[in-house]
Amino acid sequence: MERLEVLKTYKIYIGGKFPRTESGRFYNPLNSKGEQLGNICLSSRKDVRNSVVAARKAFGGWSERAANNRGQILYRIAEMLEGRKTQFIEELMFQGSTKKAAENEVNVSIDRLIYYAGWSDKYMQVLGSINPVASSHFNFSMHVPMGVIGVVADQTTSLIGLVSNIAPVIAGGNTCVVLSAENLPLCAITFAEVLNSSDVPGGVVNILTGSPAEMIKPLTTHMDVNGMVYSGNDRSTIKKLKESSALNLKRIMTYDEDWIKADAQNLYMLSDCQEVKTTWHPIENIGGATSSY
Amino acid sequence: MSIKKGRGNLILPDFTQSSCVDKVGVEERVARFQSRSIKNEAKMQGLKMALNMIDLTTLEGKDTPGKVKQMCYKAQHLHDFHPNLPSVAAVCVYPTMVGVAAKAVQGSGVKVASVSTAFPSGQAPLDVKIRDTKFAVDEGADEIDMVISRGKFLSGEYNFVFDEIATIKEACGKSRLKVILETGELVTLDNVRRASDIAMYAGADFIKTSTGKIQPAATMQVTYTMLQAIRDFYTTTGIQIGMKPAGGISNSKLALHNLVMVKETLGDQWLTNEWFRFGASSLANDVLMQIIKAETGVYQSPDYFSKD
Repeated sequence: MERLEVLKTYKIYIGGKFPRTESGRFYNPLNSKGEQLGNICLSSRKDVRNSVVAARKAFGGWSERAANNRGQILYRIAEMLEGRKTQFIEELMFQGSTKKAAENEVNVSIDRLIYYAGWSDKYMQVLGSINPVASSHFNFSMHVPMGVIGVVADQTTSLIGLVSNIAPVIAGGNTCVVLSAENLPLCAITFAEVLNSSDVPGGVVNILTGSPAEMIKPLTTHMDVNGMVYSGNDRSTIKKLKESSALNLKRIMTYDEDWIKADAQNLYMLSDCQEVKTTWHPIENIGGATSSY
Repeated sequence: MSIKKGRGNLILPDFTQSSCVDKVGVEERVARFQSRSIKNEAKMQGLKMALNMIDLTTLEGKDTPGKVKQMCYKAQHLHDFHPNLPSVAAVCVYPTMVGVAAKAVQGSGVKVASVSTAFPSGQAPLDVKIRDTKFAVDEGADEIDMVISRGKFLSGEYNFVFDEIATIKEACGKSRLKVILETGELVTLDNVRRASDIAMYAGADFIKTSTGKIQPAATMQVTYTMLQAIRDFYTTTGIQIGMKPAGGISNSKLALHNLVMVKETLGDQWLTNEWFRFGASSLANDVLMQIIKAETGVYQSPDYFSKD
């Protein structure tokens, strides 16, 4: 008897679980040959709401983890991605990439994770400073994570844009709610499975498929979201982001990069989602002979 | 059974014969309450009603007069940026904090409820429980939340439990008595029903699910069983008893489901804070956030509301 193939159900990723969208809706994106990619969840504003709640809940634990442990976990994501390379390459090819381009995209994604894994216990030393002040204080500045970050991932790639946008955000101790590429959604959910099996605590990354146009507003106006990362160059979207962010003065980070390039990664993408905390620590007799500050 | 102290001259039923509860039926009924769609104006009205039914609670070993004062302030000023918000119904504290709370809410209409009878375990001799209660009343408590002796109840000593409640009711004087069944320790819904009957016949003005210290607390199944007991008691005796689910009701949705359940089980007569209360600490902020969300269309953050 011929075996019936089992097709994968692509669901969304909220708080470490894989629910269907609360709205019960789905859509059918097609590849360039006109083939259906699958029944993909068309997430709604309520999924955004639930994701933000999950991200907020995860923030305390994730931001308080030792920096090197966050690095280890990011490295672990890279390891798991390496192990499932074939699946990602197949999905990328199904979504329209050539074999060579697909292999390259997965490799660059793995390397990118490792790049930010390396930074996670080093950025603070590099960016932090001890500041000269005129009073009897030891004054220093350090970087602390912003909180919950909304990420509108690159819409032109399925995997590399997503990884490039998520990695610097979580390496710095933030948690995030990610709107994945609307028409290239397959790798986003498979990547969620990778996250789920790599010691990333539930809620640190939440991934929604569907139409960013629909979800950007509730995400950006959400008072419990502290910053927005936008990858792309659509002027009207950027305007919309800026307008709705004004409510609680979220910072908007926009990147217009070709993520597949090896140099589309840097420390500043990590520091963009950090706030600088400066501490004035009283000390005795700053002008005395023993002071070396 | 002979006529004893407790509620006037009611003929007491045999509590071993209390109604049995159909658990599957209760679960199906409860699921129906959760499927009601409450939106827009009805939701807003429900949210404000819920807010006005909250007993804002702090029952921790680390409570200080400062914390109690802060909570009492919050009880009267839930969110000053928004006009026309009701206050909560009462604040609920330990007996030692009643004096502080009574002074802090004086003249505001917010009542002071005090737990008593060696809350939360209830493992103390009767004279200690009576003193505990009288102390709270003397300090100015309008309402007393007592716990029943679950150990005695589970070993079948229903008379002991009955007498204890009746005695505490006497000690309450004019203060209203809420009887906490601690349903999480009663194991079955049949026991919840029986304990509800005992409490109501013994003189409870309110029956309350839980202390909040044991899980599970106020599940809808348990609350529904108690509401049914209240309805049957009202039909039999004509005496209206209040209900207070406490513990675990931390979001607006759950609160609205509870209100639907009260309306459909007991009717509008119970939909005031005279007869229905939520024992909660974090519910108030969630309801406030929902109210602001409904008005502005923007999801809210706890960062912009007072701390619990």
